[in-house]
Amino acid sequence: MSGTLLSVRDLKVSYSVGDGKVDAVDGASFDVPRGSIVGLVGESGCGKTTVARALTRVIADNATITGGQILFDGADIAAIPERQMNALRWRDIAFIPQSAMNSLDPVYTVESQLHEVLRRRGGMSARIARARAEELFKMVGIEKNRLRDYPHQFSGGMRQRVAIALALALNPKLVIADEPVTALDVIVQRQILDQLRGLQAMLGISVILVTHDISVVAYVCDKTVVMYAGRIAEAGPMDAVLTRPSHPYTMGLRNAFPDLKGAASGTLTPIEGAPPNLASPPPGCRFAPRCPFAMEICSKSQPSLREMSPGHAVACHRADEAPVLRELAAKTETWLAEV
Amino acid sequence: MLDSNEPLVSVREVQLHYRVGGALSALRGRSSVVKAVDRVSFEIRRGESVGLLGESGCGKTSMGRLLLKLEEATGGEISFAGEAIAGLKGAALKRYRAKAQLIFQNPFDAVNPRFTIRAALSEPLENAGIPVREREGPIIEALELVRLPQPQQFLDRYPHQLSGGQLQRVVMARALILQPAFVVADEPVSMLDVSVRAGVLNVFRDVRDRLGLTAIYISHDLALVRYVCERTIVMYLGRIMEDGSTEDIVHEPLHPYTKALVAAVPVPQPDQSHDPLPIGRGAPDPRNPPSGCVFRDRCPYAFERCASQVPRLRRVGTRNVACHLFEETALSSGRQ
Repeated sequence: MSGTLLSVRDLKVSYSVGDGKVDAVDGASFDVPRGSIVGLVGESGCGKTTVARALTRVIADNATITGGQILFDGADIAAIPERQMNALRWRDIAFIPQSAMNSLDPVYTVESQLHEVLRRRGGMSARIARARAEELFKMVGIEKNRLRDYPHQFSGGMRQRVAIALALALNPKLVIADEPVTALDVIVQRQILDQLRGLQAMLGISVILVTHDISVVAYVCDKTVVMYAGRIAEAGPMDAVLTRPSHPYTMGLRNAFPDLKGAASGTLTPIEGAPPNLASPPPGCRFAPRCPFAMEICSKSQPSLREMSPGHAVACHRADEAPVLRELAAKTETWLAEV
Repeated sequence: MLDSNEPLVSVREVQLHYRVGGALSALRGRSSVVKAVDRVSFEIRRGESVGLLGESGCGKTSMGRLLLKLEEATGGEISFAGEAIAGLKGAALKRYRAKAQLIFQNPFDAVNPRFTIRAALSEPLENAGIPVREREGPIIEALELVRLPQPQQFLDRYPHQLSGGQLQRVVMARALILQPAFVVADEPVSMLDVSVRAGVLNVFRDVRDRLGLTAIYISHDLALVRYVCERTIVMYLGRIMEDGSTEDIVHEPLHPYTKALVAAVPVPQPDQSHDPLPIGRGAPDPRNPPSGCVFRDRCPYAFERCASQVPRLRRVGTRNVACHLFEETALSSGRQ
């Protein structure tokens, strides 16, 4: 089971707002290899959740996929009829929305919510569904006698496990989890991530983990895709992106993030300014207004995503100079001088 | 002026107990008491920054509210500059409120959306009886203090016209405008994006050092606490588990709970340990905490005494730890 499960090519998603439109995702391309965990990371408004939702085509009413391809197992699911797409959801691609743990129906037991998926979507008989529900609970580490409990009887961490069990109900090939551990305390967060990683390896599935937290991605992902203002800044194997960040934004993020294993005296360096308003984005590179390394070309032409080493792609006009820029980026003064 | 070695804040055996469950549960004998804060003691020296660290429900926010007298303790005593805050009334209470300030968690909730920045910052000055014409000066000064460039341009804007990072600085400026001696910051950057978080934390550190503030920084994130506080108090289910220098706690946590907490923090580095955490599954239930040590049901080292006796907070080296494992050590080192 090697190769690529999902290949996103130049995906564009727009929201219509008032008279105008906002290009929330403006040409995203990345691959999800089979049997891997890919982290889609970025700050609020960068488009990561929109990408995740577009992959299942469950997007807001005012959003439209305006371009690109979503090749899942070789077929372009951006182009198939809705009826066909609906058949793929849950069976092949499962989505765990951001507040999944809080959106379980409070008036039904978790068992009846699992049964609904297993019987309605999976076409299982009551007897098989019952056995499968027990099996799923065992997989996510919850006692089967708790199947008859209502959501409020579970802690936040347990509800997140239930949400994972629901997503895995029909043996999907791809699970997309939007901020699955954000609202959880650090110990529970770690236990859920361990569980997710364990299940992913055991079942050989692929996972897309959407998060704002680069440490979470570092802990659990094989590969990461860094988004900024609706575009992909950098994508590559986890180790490469962490040890050799090649986009100034990724370099800046590393400096801004507290590291418990780092030196105590280390100073955090913010990236001055704020992401652009996507209703009127700057021409050229969208990070240019905050970038200490921006040159004339950066505010004129949009850099394309180029592969710098196998699997490691960067959208920066100065990507060839990355080793030098990395050294400069490690200095606080570099970031203070700008803006 | 008091001796600078005197603690500014002193907390003695403080409790905040809530009765939960209504009359019906009481009839059934099910009424129970939630001990949000239970027999907590610590002191804060002038100019010290202390992190209150713990997971949700550990009592850290309640402790912060008690310190600011936004909540009344149901037991024990809190004193500020040598004076018990429980008895403060009228003008004395007003003075205390000016000296001890809260920096809110969510900047978007902390500022009235219908107030301009000028109006938001005028409010505390008005409460302090400063006439309108004398307010502009302190407002500009406070905004400069939190490093908002060209503060004039912000005065007539509304909160929604500011970015999260700018608004959090305004919230900080408002807390500082009456020149407090003590600030309690409750997760002040948890709502901000990583790239702007660092800027707000830097301003916080800078202002604290320049004004010589005494500060409590409440957070669930040890990496952030480490950046801001030289000392950390770790809480679990209303009690202090460990209290010591943040660097010591990060590098060599002593309490079994602190060990798990430190091990659980993800770091932005490759090749991390994926060893299982040294802690049992399950969540703390504040309504029904275990007997003895509240952490014992998740503790991998628990033994008989942990179920029967509540461990007292004891001196272990330079730290205080509430764990029976360290009582022997404490005793033997005491004998030497």
